[in-house]
Amino acid sequence: MTTSPSATAQSIAQLNTEETIVSKSLTQRALSRLSRDKLTLTALAVLIFLTVMAFLAPVFESALEVSYTKTNIREKFAPICIPALNVGGDCNPKHILGTDDLGRDVFVRLLYAGQVSLSIGFFAAILSLAIGITLGVVTGFYGGVIDDFINWVITTLNSVPTLFLLLIISAVILRNPDLARGIFGGPFALIIILGLLGWTGTTRLVRGETLSIREREYILSARALGASPTRIMFVHIVPNVFSIVIIVLASDIGGLILAEAALSFLGIGVKVPTPSWGNMLTDAQTYFTMGLHLVILPGLLIFITVLCLFIIGDGLRDAFDPTSTD
Amino acid sequence: MIRYIARRLLQSIPTLLGITILSYLLMSFAPGGPVRALLFGPNTRPEQLARVAAVLGLNDPIPIQYLRWLLGDDWMRWDSDGDGIADGSFILPLDADGDGIPEPPGMSKGFLRGDWGKSFIQRRPVDLIIAERIPATLELGVASLLVSIVVGLPIGIYAAVKRGRIFDNTTRVLAVIFNAVPVFWLGLVLIIIFGVLLKDANGGPFLPMGGRRPPTSVGLPPIWERLNYLILPTFVLATGGIAGFSRFMRASMLDVINQDYMRTARAKGLDNRTVWFRHGARNALIPIATFLGPSITGLLGGAAITEKVFSWPGLGQVGIDAVLQLDYPIIMAVVVISAIATILGYLLSDILYALIDPRIRFD
Repeated sequence: MTTSPSATAQSIAQLNTEETIVSKSLTQRALSRLSRDKLTLTALAVLIFLTVMAFLAPVFESALEVSYTKTNIREKFAPICIPALNVGGDCNPKHILGTDDLGRDVFVRLLYAGQVSLSIGFFAAILSLAIGITLGVVTGFYGGVIDDFINWVITTLNSVPTLFLLLIISAVILRNPDLARGIFGGPFALIIILGLLGWTGTTRLVRGETLSIREREYILSARALGASPTRIMFVHIVPNVFSIVIIVLASDIGGLILAEAALSFLGIGVKVPTPSWGNMLTDAQTYFTMGLHLVILPGLLIFITVLCLFIIGDGLRDAFDPTSTD
Repeated sequence: MIRYIARRLLQSIPTLLGITILSYLLMSFAPGGPVRALLFGPNTRPEQLARVAAVLGLNDPIPIQYLRWLLGDDWMRWDSDGDGIADGSFILPLDADGDGIPEPPGMSKGFLRGDWGKSFIQRRPVDLIIAERIPATLELGVASLLVSIVVGLPIGIYAAVKRGRIFDNTTRVLAVIFNAVPVFWLGLVLIIIFGVLLKDANGGPFLPMGGRRPPTSVGLPPIWERLNYLILPTFVLATGGIAGFSRFMRASMLDVINQDYMRTARAKGLDNRTVWFRHGARNALIPIATFLGPSITGLLGGAAITEKVFSWPGLGQVGIDAVLQLDYPIIMAVVVISAIATILGYLLSDILYALIDPRIRFD
């Protein structure tokens, strides 16, 4: 039996193309699914737009010649003013979205507040993810007393409404004149507080995954090669659990932005004069008669941001679900 | 079963102890703390601060303060001849402030013996303050739980039956939306709509903007006369529950819908309604029991903010105010009560789970 070399090459090439069609990796399939998921893509676009706007705050501030900190009692409670759309009528066109109770520009203030709220949510989520992964891998890998202890801590933390814990910790740290100075003053403290309380869910997730991974052959072979437990945990296990937790990151950020907003609304989160979407609503009840937009706008921005994050979180989960079919 | 309940209750003791230690430790990091809040003013002299702190026992080491809160101090320093001056001491020094006169003996019996102390700010017994507030929180909590179940479960069932149709997609989107709305802001917006913008026939607000009863009423009118006060806070608090219950029920119903007995029921010629509700929903309800525990914690946490927004005179509002004023005795009582409620909630949902599903055994 003879076959020409070119025919063999052709059939091999054919095989290869078939191969690439069949063996799409999980990530490739997820990405191709995501690119067809219009809702998730829209949410992503809105979120990117909001983030870019927030970080362009200084540009808008200088272009409109307004200030987000300077108070001006004579111009307080100015209405929304967009002359091009005939909104507002005879008003100051510098203050597009009007001014607040102290005469500060609401538009620029919302943008700066966005920087604060978005960064707190993002970095707190990263911190709680780091703690959650570390504790989850360690408890899952070692088991025994460490596992029991961490489980006890988680049960204990979960037995008190998180809001009360958050309240106690923030009240203590943020109202303590010695601690609230320096790096603990302002948003940084809130990142630490939210991060330190948000890890329990991730830990449970990672612990369960670690329990199954540590029995696999490649862990056994790593052990046989003399790898230290630390190396096995952080070089062999962590990369394998990473994909599961990275998916919940978006929803985590959303939840943390909500928590920050609630704390700041109650007056113990981000401190004025630093604006955050939550603390712009602290005195909302007194604005009911003077300026309803002061109540509506900050909340609407929290809502849109968190909604986008939740939609992206859902979209990622569906896209990475190995059991779903195209 | 009884052995299982007893074991679970025993297991919750270290959890509760852990919670009290954790909260006490956290609060102890606030220097000056309640004394500074109490005597805030430009004319307060340092000696005054020191004296109040000594009277409240805030100068003692943290472990002693914690022990005093937990077990009382009548056994720490005692007065055997009854002249009001301590003559024996176990842990605390006889003359703590060093003025040459021994301190009066300890009087408090501690949390475990039912002495919850006095509020630093209100100067009233904590158990009295808490007892006044519990009915309001229970009222709001029970109302919201009922609304969440009554609205959430049917939505979940119908969404599962009509999977992929408009109703299913709409309710799923609504659930995400309700999860993403900040609770306090939803409250504010509803107050604006129903309290500021909409008017009733007399030109007053369409629904009350806050509170639990008309300000003019003497005492507390029966609940049916103040339902209008309950509508907005109940709805705000129930949104999370409705979203949670409906999604959980949908998932549970989808698991059930493809079971053989469902096909059998249909093959017998039963109509859709009987198949869905008699055969489907009743079985799909079983896992819902596990969702009750977490939803109680969620209600308690959410209630605090909702109570604050609507000036609802409940436990959560007292808790928030106590935290802001660093009123230790009240904070501790609120934390312990909410922890007990949560632990009991989880236990209850596990017991319920076993009662409705005979396949589950606790041994």
